[in-house]
Amino acid sequence: MFSSFMTNAWLSGTIIALLAGSVGFFVVLRGSAFAAHAIPNGAFAGAAGANLIGVNPLVGLVVFALGAAFGISALSRRTRSDVATALALVMMLALGAAFLATSNAYEPAVNALLFGEILGVSSSELLPVALLAVVCVLGLSTLYRPLLLSSISPELAVAKGVNVRVIDVAFLVVVALSSALAVPVVGALLTFSLMVGPPAAARIVTSRPLRALALSVVFSVITLWEAVASSYWTNLPIGFFVGTMSAGVYLVARGWSLAQSRRPRGALA
Amino acid sequence: MVGLDLLEVDGVDVALSGRMILRDVNFRIDHGEFTGLIGSNGAGKTTLLRVLLGLQDVVRGRVLVHGAPMTRSNSSVGYVPQKVLFETDVPVRVRDFVALGIDGHRFGLARRSHHTDDLVDEMLESVEATSFANRRIGSLSGGEQQRVLIAHALVSKPELLLLDEPLANLDPGSAQEIIELLHSVVTDQHVAILLSAHEMNPLLPVMDRVVYVANGRVASGTTDEVVQPEVLSALYGHHVDVLRVHGRVLVVAGGDGHGDSLVADHPPVVVD
Repeated sequence: MFSSFMTNAWLSGTIIALLAGSVGFFVVLRGSAFAAHAIPNGAFAGAAGANLIGVNPLVGLVVFALGAAFGISALSRRTRSDVATALALVMMLALGAAFLATSNAYEPAVNALLFGEILGVSSSELLPVALLAVVCVLGLSTLYRPLLLSSISPELAVAKGVNVRVIDVAFLVVVALSSALAVPVVGALLTFSLMVGPPAAARIVTSRPLRALALSVVFSVITLWEAVASSYWTNLPIGFFVGTMSAGVYLVARGWSLAQSRRPRGALA
Repeated sequence: MVGLDLLEVDGVDVALSGRMILRDVNFRIDHGEFTGLIGSNGAGKTTLLRVLLGLQDVVRGRVLVHGAPMTRSNSSVGYVPQKVLFETDVPVRVRDFVALGIDGHRFGLARRSHHTDDLVDEMLESVEATSFANRRIGSLSGGEQQRVLIAHALVSKPELLLLDEPLANLDPGSAQEIIELLHSVVTDQHVAILLSAHEMNPLLPVMDRVVYVANGRVASGTTDEVVQPEVLSALYGHHVDVLRVHGRVLVVAGGDGHGDSLVADHPPVVVD
């Protein structure tokens, strides 16, 4: 499991989990889980398209994920954001289906795109993946305070002079880049589970924002490591383990918090 | 003394989607004054507050702060919006939220310092929120939440605090506590307050001035100057009576025998 050909899987998986855990903290805080589902599907269409015209899949992933993000934010100005997100989602899935059908891709390749593949990042891609991840983390740390405030209350952020629209778009760009990195490993359909389960569990456990973010990253990394190991041993798709483990972490946190609240405590207001 | 007031609203017209909402609005607010922005629901109070915050453009006229045109993100004006819905699971404590009032608009990670911690503690104490400072913002009652929103707005040390219907949805006891709290903010911290409400009676003991909105227009002055049958009749465009009962004020339509009997404020309940 730790042989040399698996080194890439562990490295890329860890980078992706670190990123998804931090981005996910804000995804859950802002109620953007649907966008975090739609954007990886954009990335999926991009990978299929890149395959079709013989371009590096990472380029296709990034371009289409960004396209989905900008599409969602542009449409959201005119219509409800869930409708805008749904439209972007169906558009991208449709494109992906057409690209796959035209390209005669092997079925395993299609499966890998949809449900993940532990060796989804080749060693030559490791450097660009790491660089893009650094860009995303820098972006998130820069946006941290106005993003936090506008996620809690857009109105209060606007009153303090925050340009909420710019923050929205910048955040979707970070989600897009993170998705583009995660899709080849975790799969288009289940990438968002890594951005939802661990952060949702973290915010149950702690009431402090930075601690919740850190804990979300920890849960996300544990989830991904478990998924890589299980997928290696069972040959089941890694997406299956990421999805079930993400939901499992959340359920454990819920149970823990329920147990805490049943325990008699003083000073409960 | 033109231009020396803290806030000067000068001949402002406001339109929303092409429809004129407010016409020729004029009033001033001076340092350390408690002003009530009174009007029924839909009279344009929130729109007027948004104009003062620089979030709503005017068709005509100007809003001056210290004699200079109001800009968005003017740090001398704090704001407490009408309805803020905090989710229960949000991993943000009361003190984290108040700290965002200092630097929530700045880029970068939160930098903690003794200075900001002290400022937050001091502000929590002044709104009597110290006892729940470490609770999640989503777990607060209506009255507690108002205190926290006020602390969030005050922590950046504004000179003018705008509050949009802070007493709506509060039980009378909590509303009274918030009024007393705001009164102490005006007297102790010398912050001017403009508070919108559809019911003026709870504010009568603390209000220095009133800005009365009705029929797309505004009358302002001391309560005694504005809450007069002649002034309000002119504002509404038809006759209204002002009744004073046991220290409370009731504004009712005059007995001209047609239309609604109640035009403003609250049901004519005689109290105590």
